[in-house]
Amino acid sequence: MGIAAKKIGQQTYFFHQPPVIVSTAAIVGPKEGQGPLGHTFDKVVEDPYYKEKSWEKAEQRMLEEAMQKALQKANLAPQNVDFLLAGDLLNQIIAADFTARVLGIPFLGLYGACATMYEGMALAAMLIDGGFAEYVLLGASSHFSTAERQYRYPTEQGVQRPMSAQWTVTGAGAMLLARRGAGPVVTHATVGRVVDLGSADPNDMGAAMAPAAADTIVRHLEDTGRVPGDYDLFLSGDLGAYGLVLAGKLVEQKGYHIAGHFNDCGLLIYHHRRQDTHAGGSGCACSAVVTCGYLMQELAAGRLRRVLGIGTGALFSKCSSLQGETIPGIAHAVAIEAR
Amino acid sequence: MTTHWDSLPGEMQKRLYRELVNQVRPRPPVLRNVGAAFAVGGLIAVLGQLIQNFFLARGLTLLDAGAATAATLVFLAALFTGLGLYDELARFAGAGAIVPITGFANSMVAPAMEYRTEGLVLGVGARLFTIAGPVLVFGIFTAWAAALLYHFFLRP
Amino acid sequence: MIFLKAFLVGGLLCVVAQLLMDLTSYRVTPAHILVGFVAGGAVLSALGLYQPLVNFAGAGATVPLTGFGHLLAQGAIDGVKHKGLLGAFTGGVAAAAAGITAAVVFGYLAALFFRPKG
Repeated sequence: MGIAAKKIGQQTYFFHQPPVIVSTAAIVGPKEGQGPLGHTFDKVVEDPYYKEKSWEKAEQRMLEEAMQKALQKANLAPQNVDFLLAGDLLNQIIAADFTARVLGIPFLGLYGACATMYEGMALAAMLIDGGFAEYVLLGASSHFSTAERQYRYPTEQGVQRPMSAQWTVTGAGAMLLARRGAGPVVTHATVGRVVDLGSADPNDMGAAMAPAAADTIVRHLEDTGRVPGDYDLFLSGDLGAYGLVLAGKLVEQKGYHIAGHFNDCGLLIYHHRRQDTHAGGSGCACSAVVTCGYLMQELAAGRLRRVLGIGTGALFSKCSSLQGETIPGIAHAVAIEAR
Repeated sequence: MTTHWDSLPGEMQKRLYRELVNQVRPRPPVLRNVGAAFAVGGLIAVLGQLIQNFFLARGLTLLDAGAATAATLVFLAALFTGLGLYDELARFAGAGAIVPITGFANSMVAPAMEYRTEGLVLGVGARLFTIAGPVLVFGIFTAWAAALLYHFFLRP
Repeated sequence: MIFLKAFLVGGLLCVVAQLLMDLTSYRVTPAHILVGFVAGGAVLSALGLYQPLVNFAGAGATVPLTGFGHLLAQGAIDGVKHKGLLGAFTGGVAAAAAGITAAVVFGYLAALFFRPKG
């Protein structure tokens, strides 16, 4: 059995002509606007309903707007785009579906839980480098209230959340990748495997996802032959405070030292004590808006030159949890370089 | 060098990981939670007593005063849930807001409000009992079973 | 005096639930604890152990969900005393009617008039 031409090692893909991130856009809700990254977003929506009849419609509207904005910034119309890759946390990914309805771009819906954005980046890069597309528009959304409603409790229900719980980010991030252009580039993508070390507590997503994150990080370094020092930052999607510690320890066990430049989008996005967000932010939008806002700005300003972004997701449903199943995790890594 | 976990990791690996997770996982602030639950639970009981005394003074029998008190507390809980305040109370007081009958009312009102977007019949109507359902099922069943036992074994 | 007793007993019942919430596995959810309380209240009531608490602490024993179980159990037993076996079916819900109806009615009205804040 031969090895695919663009594959290096077990799970990593190298892009000889690295696709370019030509534009991004990030729209968030009020809580995120009040966080430490408030100034990095394109728009802060003060009303969680965004003047719509339901939160689901609000989420879809945010995703649509983020995508339109990304297109505007690149001076492109939907007709110029070859593929639309999008996903969210809602059943049957309706926010992505209804956004695709409006944009009319050939649509590939994605579900990677909170790792959706990075799953999309890996796929988009492959579509472009593989000669299947000139332009790919990619995005992901989530909303605190739609997630609570679907996965946990009604929002006005009296509950006390444990300290390991995370807060679903309300927002949407969109990114336009192109074969040519100006902007940071995607040089490598490591597609993750589902990893399950027996975590079953739905209030502790960090513990469920950390093994997958560690597995993908280590796999990426092994496949590329790189060392932790080659990256300015390892940025995970939403491991949260405790998941970050766990993943760091698991990576240590395999002989790589990344502590010191290992951070998490979920930790960056909120003032945890003041905003009472416990272990940190989560949701598809977490990694999406932090990548499309803060990370791109740091790369453009030259404060970061080479980053490994690791989208993390917990793959379960309310049903599987009630039936006693454990929670497997997935993580996809994408290497981004400033140009 | 094999560096990745197998698709089906050994029980050993899972156990080691579970130990690691237990080391890292934060402990709940039990003392603070218990204090808050005690204070708020106690206060809601006092409120119930005040309301009951009010109805007794109006001449209702003990049984009727109890029923009227329950209905009043339920009304207040529904109002505070509608105003978006009850969940704030529960965030602070935990069991202190969940255990009293007001918590039961909140658990009915909250899903009813939330599912209004899915219509009155299949949204509000169907969801009223999502969380209160189990309480009623097990309460009514246990009471029925107790009465049956009384009828067959304990009746003089 | 009754107020102090109500405060203490009502508070203590909540403390038991809080400890269960904080110290048991995530599998024991608040819903499980409430079910345990209502069923537990019904059992204690049937054994004649709950009425003394009600006599002592008034609302401190009737307001928590254990009191709801007590109400259901006493109603069902009273039903059996007066109507025989049929009473087991009629008595419980009849006694709890005010609370249940209030929850349904006010819940429905709240859903009509209020929008969740999220």
